[in-house]
Amino acid sequence: LRGYSDTDPLFLPGREIARNCPIPDLLDKRLVIVTGKGGVGKTTVAVALGLRAASEGKRTIVCEVASQENASRMFEHTAVGFHEVEMEENLWSISIDPDESMREYVLLQLKVRAMRDMLFRSRIFNYLAAATPGLKELVTIGKIWELAQLDRKVKKGRKYDLVIVDAPATGHGVGFLQTPRTFASIARVGPIHSQAQTLDRFITDHEHTGTAIVALPEEMPVNESAALERDLRDEVGVAVDRVYLNGLYPERFSKAEAEKLAALAETENGATRAAARAALSEHGRARSQRAQLSRLRRRVEAPVKTLPFLFEPDLGVEAARQLSRRLG
Amino acid sequence: MATLGEVLDGKEICICAGSGGVGKTTTSAAIATGMAAEGLKVCVLTIDPAKRLADSLGLKELGNQAKRVDPKLFEKQGVEMKGELWAMMLDPKQTFDELIARQAPDEESRERVLNNRIYQQISGALAGSQEYMAMEKLFELHTEGDFDLLVLDTPPTRNALDFLDAPKRLTQFIEGKSLRVFMKPTGLAAKVTGRGVSVALSVFKRIVGFDLLADLAEFFNAFSGMVDGFQARAKRVNKLLADPSTCFLVVCGPQGEPVDEAVYFHRKLVEAKLPFGGVIVNKVHYPAEQLRAEVEGLPESLTEKLGDEGLAHRVAANFADYQALAERDARNIKHLASELRTKGVIRVPYLDEDVHDIAGLAQINRYLFATGEERVAMAAGLA
Repeated sequence: LRGYSDTDPLFLPGREIARNCPIPDLLDKRLVIVTGKGGVGKTTVAVALGLRAASEGKRTIVCEVASQENASRMFEHTAVGFHEVEMEENLWSISIDPDESMREYVLLQLKVRAMRDMLFRSRIFNYLAAATPGLKELVTIGKIWELAQLDRKVKKGRKYDLVIVDAPATGHGVGFLQTPRTFASIARVGPIHSQAQTLDRFITDHEHTGTAIVALPEEMPVNESAALERDLRDEVGVAVDRVYLNGLYPERFSKAEAEKLAALAETENGATRAAARAALSEHGRARSQRAQLSRLRRRVEAPVKTLPFLFEPDLGVEAARQLSRRLG
Repeated sequence: MATLGEVLDGKEICICAGSGGVGKTTTSAAIATGMAAEGLKVCVLTIDPAKRLADSLGLKELGNQAKRVDPKLFEKQGVEMKGELWAMMLDPKQTFDELIARQAPDEESRERVLNNRIYQQISGALAGSQEYMAMEKLFELHTEGDFDLLVLDTPPTRNALDFLDAPKRLTQFIEGKSLRVFMKPTGLAAKVTGRGVSVALSVFKRIVGFDLLADLAEFFNAFSGMVDGFQARAKRVNKLLADPSTCFLVVCGPQGEPVDEAVYFHRKLVEAKLPFGGVIVNKVHYPAEQLRAEVEGLPESLTEKLGDEGLAHRVAANFADYQALAERDARNIKHLASELRTKGVIRVPYLDEDVHDIAGLAQINRYLFATGEERVAMAAGLA
């Protein structure tokens, strides 16, 4: 395992690297970014990846951004906030709050206590920090970077083998990952310039950083996933390792069986008719989902792996554990 | 229980709000189509709709112009269209640029703002600007008064709260009160800037680099002549949103998380004294409660009727799975209704096909605009 430091040489740009690695390789990275459109199950997949890595003995932390607490909620744990909290063996969770990250960043930058205290009380400083576009995202990524260091900057920081990020939804997602590059170009001098560059190298270093897009087998999510892969590759410069197509219905009935059931739904009543109609509905959904799966495969370059729809009322940690075994 | 048609009767603005991935765009398009079919001139505003939905409405490209959806398209699909349906795909960056052009006192200040790097970042990518511009466009169209009803599909925010807060945050940013005070090299500012401020500034400078600070200063200077205009406009936008002729509809899915978000968003609407109209739950699995007694011997009776035991068991297992989802949905919707203290939860079923054309929208509208009794009848039919 290797850590990062400010002095690491430039890594290869993302586009020149092969885009296909089997799952051991994905989980052997230091950072895995899980992204996709809202409501597709990003948190579930991020937690499933975390459970899988933890079960293989890797010390893993799942990070949420912008004060989300979806992962801790899955574990039925109280809100973790800006703390690294152990969920189960080898698996930790943190919710990265940008204000806390900013505070920590300044603490690491300024060694004089009186100056720090003065700064945090200063309205001007807080205003500037809030007003600078992208600064919140930058310090959030900075915290993710810090978590992934073997030589942690935070005192007595735990060393992790793998950091998994439950990234913001598409739209904000690409902008989020682009922040370091944007910053590096705007702030041409000062410590933030070199640090933004370090973060950009960190995100686009495909040897250590992997990306997974989560999609649903529906028209719009498929379109957006294809657009997202293109933007991640061309605008952010990261390579996409996986597209996980989540919530795929099983193919329970053949076409011939569906015809038989259609006839039954016509002639019967009550529960028989309702059951036949539920079966036909499942058959229709499963078929249209397969059509979306092939569309997705045609439209993205990364390997597409499917995850089954779970007929469970609430997707808690046990559902994520089921999925973790099915991750390809 | 009021129907959606009654809720929207006499309204001039309908805002569909909710978290991402719950079918807001489709719902907005369906509502606009339904109201237009009744004889109104309706415009639906959307950002980045599903390509096929856009295609089916005959909208090929992004642009800030409202376009009329060809009436022939409805005819072809057997939908009677008494009014007019118009649609606009919003380009937030262009809207912001137009706003600057309108607010700028002269060409020079306009160019200064448009060329400023901070402005370019904010207008293009900053979370919040899309929301702000959606409101801005809504206000503009409402002022022009060409339409009976405007339906806004809110941008895909991470959580619904962003949408309400973003315009305020952005105006506050543009106002930049505390910053402008000490940015002035002379005058009163020189007196109030104490040691604390200068240290804070120098530290900030050290952290972000000087260029960024200079850009920020330039940004606020360039905007200084427009702040009053922005404030006045923001006030009028807020007034319009709180007006009784505006109606917020909360859209969500039947799972636990979207329902929690909907409850949270409703509370925020009430706190902000914004007019809440109702809640729409998409992709609901309808239960077959009245059939529970018959489900007992279902595998056996299916085997008898199908003459295929394997198939019968799969059909029964599938039915049980669907019923479990239906029960979950019913539970979550009951919770939603009690939290919102409303009986008027509109449920749109999980249809067998994705909705991406006018026929699909018409199908959704059967549920959206149904009366209470019709809903009960349709639910029974689905089961």
